Amino acid sequence: MINKIKNKVTPVVMIGPATFWLILFLLIPLFLVIGISFLQRNGYGGVDMVFSLQAYFDMLTPEYLKIFIASFRLSVATTVICLLIGYPFAYVIAHSSEKAKPFLVLLLMLPFWINSMIRIYGWNTLLRSSGIINNVLISLGVVDVPLEMLYTDGAVLLGMVYDLLPFTVLPIYTSIEKLDPTLLEAASDLGATKLHRLVRVVLPLTMPGIFAGSIQTFIPSLGLFYISDMMGGAKTMYVGNLIKNQFMSARNWPMGAALAILLIVITLVLMRLYTKVGSLDDMV
Amino acid sequence: MSNVKDVIVKLTDVEKEFDGVKVVKKLNLEVRKGEFLTLLGPSGCGKTTTLRMIAGFSNVTSGEIELEGRNVADLKPNERDVNTVFQSYALFPHMNVEDNIAFGLVEKKVPKAEIKERVAEMIKLVQLEGLEKRRPAQMSGGQKQRVAIARALINRPKVLLLDEPLGALDLKLRKQMQLELKHLQQKLGITFIYVTHDQEEALTMSDRIAVMNDGVMEQIGTPDEVYNRPKTKFVAGFVGESNILESYVTQVDEDLLHISLESGKALLHAPGFKNEEMIYICVRPENLLLSETKKEHFSIRGRIVEHVFAGSVIKTVVELINGQKLRVARHPNEEEFEVGTYVYVYWHPKKAIIVHTVEEQIYNVIEGTTNRIYEQLGEKYSPSAREDSHDQ
Ligand SMILES: Nc1ncnc2c1ncn2[C@@H]1O[C@H](COP(=O)(O)OP(=O)(O)O)[C@@H](O)[C@H]1O
Ligand SMILES: [Mg+2]
Repeated sequence: MINKIKNKVTPVVMIGPATFWLILFLLIPLFLVIGISFLQRNGYGGVDMVFSLQAYFDMLTPEYLKIFIASFRLSVATTVICLLIGYPFAYVIAHSSEKAKPFLVLLLMLPFWINSMIRIYGWNTLLRSSGIINNVLISLGVVDVPLEMLYTDGAVLLGMVYDLLPFTVLPIYTSIEKLDPTLLEAASDLGATKLHRLVRVVLPLTMPGIFAGSIQTFIPSLGLFYISDMMGGAKTMYVGNLIKNQFMSARNWPMGAALAILLIVITLVLMRLYTKVGSLDDMV
Repeated sequence: MSNVKDVIVKLTDVEKEFDGVKVVKKLNLEVRKGEFLTLLGPSGCGKTTTLRMIAGFSNVTSGEIELEGRNVADLKPNERDVNTVFQSYALFPHMNVEDNIAFGLVEKKVPKAEIKERVAEMIKLVQLEGLEKRRPAQMSGGQKQRVAIARALINRPKVLLLDEPLGALDLKLRKQMQLELKHLQQKLGITFIYVTHDQEEALTMSDRIAVMNDGVMEQIGTPDEVYNRPKTKFVAGFVGESNILESYVTQVDEDLLHISLESGKALLHAPGFKNEEMIYICVRPENLLLSETKKEHFSIRGRIVEHVFAGSVIKTVVELINGQKLRVARHPNEEEFEVGTYVYVYWHPKKAIIVHTVEEQIYNVIEGTTNRIYEQLGEKYSPSAREDSHDQ
């Protein structure tokens, strides 16, 4: 009897705090954002309690579409570069000796322990006109005037790739690790060179990892704003910056909220795709 | 023995060490062109390791492997004219049956039309018609096995290596596949090196069997030789059922040895032995005979303990006076002995085999412990200990 009550009570006690936490800090803000997106802005940086779809209509104007396209291109470029660098990276880690492996994985995780904004600031000190790289180049006589490296689109891309690479590598690494080594032996046995083995066996079988890595890179890349702020000097506007600006400087809360919802919807769609492909994993 | 030209795979003093432990020891083996050779031995005796060295997945620690007279030390697996059927099948899960089978031909850049033709032919050969588009995940163990065999055979390798290919199949399917594989091998004339721990399978399929124990090849020969003339106690015990008896020679009468066992006296035919030698003999269950009356030269007496029905024969267990149990295979129409009755056990003198002499045993023990003894001696004879060890 007591056990029965215990069985009923325990789960509630156990999840209670977490549920409370989620409601307080996730659900309520989310509903606030949804609500605000359907209100009318007033001239003083606040909102009037009047229903309006204005924010959503505004998103369809050319200026905003341009920003979406720029964001999308940056995210795609980031994801592609992360894949190109990340796959060989993951492959090397997965095929390193049992002793070296934990150490290499640790190196990969290490950046997570330092605030990402601080790390990006590190890049800032490297790349700026009076930064370390320019100083070295000038003192070596390679260049006369400092190179314009910071505050370019290239710098933003560099920052994004740097920041998100671990998210690409980890799922790929996991899928390569999971690969049955006898399949590789079978491929060699049947005459495949190392390259062919990679193309015909390893790549197709690690597709789920590639897909997961792409999505885990693409989703956060859409919303990151501080990288383009700190490394791009906010020259090119991306969705992330846009949302931040709507709330902080332009004071158009409904617009900021509507844009945030757009990002959430895109993320949900991609997550759905991701879980679908995740189940493909079992088939392979 | 065999013509040098006939040898297709030759292993010379091959050894393999993992972390300082030898798992294959001084292996010398000549595989002849077109034969079905089986590596037989208990799990962990080094069969897979041997096969992997031939395939090129694993390097030899020392020794040489030759394929068609050519040392293959520097050849990678994809450069060796051998193919492997893996125990786990190792089919490519993202490819259907056709693509799996075609894998090797695509690597060889065989024209598309020819690939199609040969794949179809192979699918017919292994009776997989209608399953061309199936993925491995959608097939039974037996079907996957056929795909694995077809995928290896389509490359027309000089040698096909098979690592317990039927291990995962149920008994009935395994028996059927044994025959099919054997017929396939005869039909194609490809050399098979087949690994199994199942002695019955080895006896059924092989032209020759190499029996391995703990990294050492103890005997190689035809199934008949290995079964009827096992050279060591291990082979006698591992291949087929056997009753092994310890005895010593009491009298030599030309080629006939009068021997004495703990449980009585017996006679056996074996040339070249001396009086008072200790020997182990092996008698197969089907060669043991039971009688109510004492036979000349035999005085082994035992009690019937039980009868075990085993299909075409009845296995009768006889307990000797020293507690050793012998298994006797008898036909159902032979004279029936009731459980509990006392009988005499005897055999035809030529049907008992000497598998182990005591000299051999001592030699093996010495060989096995020599290193350890030397190590211990080394410690003892170190400068500080030298004085006292001299006294011993
Ligand atoms: N890669 C390896 N590393 C260390 N030991 C191994 C390795 N492969 C096999 N062994 C050891 O070598 C011995 C022989 O193994 P194996 O050739 O697989 O035996 P079998 O195929 O006859 O069952 C076993 O004791 C096994 O544990
Ligand atoms: Mg094995």
